[in-house]
Amino acid sequence: MAHAAEPVLILAVALNFVALGVSRLRPVIHGVALQGALLGILPFLTHPEIGLRGGLLVGGTVALKGLVIPALLFRAMREANIQHEVQPVVGFIASLVLGAVGTGLAFVSASTLPLADEHTNALVVPASLSTVLTGFLMLTTRRKAIMQVVGYLILENGIFLFGLLLVEAMPFLVEIGVLLDLFTGVFVMGIIIHHINREFAAAGTEQLSELKD
Amino acid sequence: MGMALRIGTHLLLAFALPPLLLGVINKTKALFAGRSGSPLLQPYYDLIKLFRKGSVISETTSWLFFAGPVVGLVTAALAALLIPLPDAIAPFSFTGDLILLLYLLALGRFFTAAAALDTGSPFEGMGAAREVTFACLAEPAIFLGLLVLAKLSGSLRLADLLGGSLASHWVTGAASLALVLLSWFIVLLAENCRIPFDDPNTHLELTMIHEVMVLDHSGPALGAILYGASLKLFVFSALVVRLALPVATGSALIDWPVFVSGLLGVAVLIGVVESTMARLRLTHVPVLLVAACLLSAFGIILLVR
Repeated sequence: MAHAAEPVLILAVALNFVALGVSRLRPVIHGVALQGALLGILPFLTHPEIGLRGGLLVGGTVALKGLVIPALLFRAMREANIQHEVQPVVGFIASLVLGAVGTGLAFVSASTLPLADEHTNALVVPASLSTVLTGFLMLTTRRKAIMQVVGYLILENGIFLFGLLLVEAMPFLVEIGVLLDLFTGVFVMGIIIHHINREFAAAGTEQLSELKD
Repeated sequence: MGMALRIGTHLLLAFALPPLLLGVINKTKALFAGRSGSPLLQPYYDLIKLFRKGSVISETTSWLFFAGPVVGLVTAALAALLIPLPDAIAPFSFTGDLILLLYLLALGRFFTAAAALDTGSPFEGMGAAREVTFACLAEPAIFLGLLVLAKLSGSLRLADLLGGSLASHWVTGAASLALVLLSWFIVLLAENCRIPFDDPNTHLELTMIHEVMVLDHSGPALGAILYGASLKLFVFSALVVRLALPVATGSALIDWPVFVSGLLGVAVLIGVVESTMARLRLTHVPVLLVAACLLSAFGIILLVR
């Protein structure tokens, strides 16, 4: 993997910790937008030969992950009038430490995975695994629906990163499909957040513990 | 440069420069606030004034109350002697001196906290508890950072860790070193009671961390504390500058001015941080310190993977 990609990947992993350790929503959304945009331009750095079609797709990814989805999230934030994640299931320090343990494990285990020769030393695999783990952690431990959406975005960023290994074999088409799903997902969650907020006057998901016909 | 001249320069720099760093920080803050600010040399005048004053001593205190400022000053001064300045030779240097460096600072902190507890004032006890709590989160960050440097240079002497070979490590391990640099800067702010951890100008005991521990000290004792604090600032700034600007051209006329301007640059940077950031809520301080530890730990992971 190209050397130029390493700082980008390290920054992306550092942004995972921002998402895990900060309670205010605004910087977290900014961080995830930055992470999405960084990962979006990554294909340019690792495979400079992707051409016009690839360039358009990269532009689309960056615009969607860096601008559109964050804008949707900020709108949801304004409508639901939420600024902070208060009292997540697992505290901020604990989730930071868990994230660090996860990242450590990702780096240790990535070297034991049976990867293709050109990928064995790449930073992409551990970065991708740790991003996915961070996404899981956010999805499962945060109470506010917007934070869970952010967790979902981070999870998708991790998957995108892993997909980067397969760019030659599996073109961006699949990725675009995932991106579309993601967009729909965030859109739907935006609507759900709005409804939760209207019904319960608070956008926490802990009240949604019962199923009804 | 001859050995005596080198050590002389080191001593001069380590003991005469630190108050100037405080002056630079204050001047930067004044510029940001649109004030003309106190003179750059004001900290020197303050120290001279304090050392000429008498002091008021509470009757409930014991010898520990005096030991606090004295041990704090002496340990900081010894720590300043261990730091390798540009020529990579410190007055004292041996294998494992990095541990002595951190434990000297810890010893100074212990006595400052003990002196604070000795006064029997509840505020001071509270400040001591906070200082020690935050310190035990800041210490691992420095140790993990030193571990990164030790791994890169394969030595346990500060002179090798921060010496001339560091420049070549910036090529191979740039990512790890950048993480350590960021982590150490956070620790520098925390250890020297700077915003966003502590406000050195605050006047409310409830929100103080470091200042509240020294409320009862006056006159020469307070002077020793202030001077010790500036030495500590020098020690941490020197670590950060050596890490960020590991120039070793071999020519003293280039290396030393670069180092000194680096120190002044760090002081300006602290002033900028203090002017542009608000204090963190006390409960958020550990999060930032844990993040500093994780940055260094991540640096190690990147190196050994």
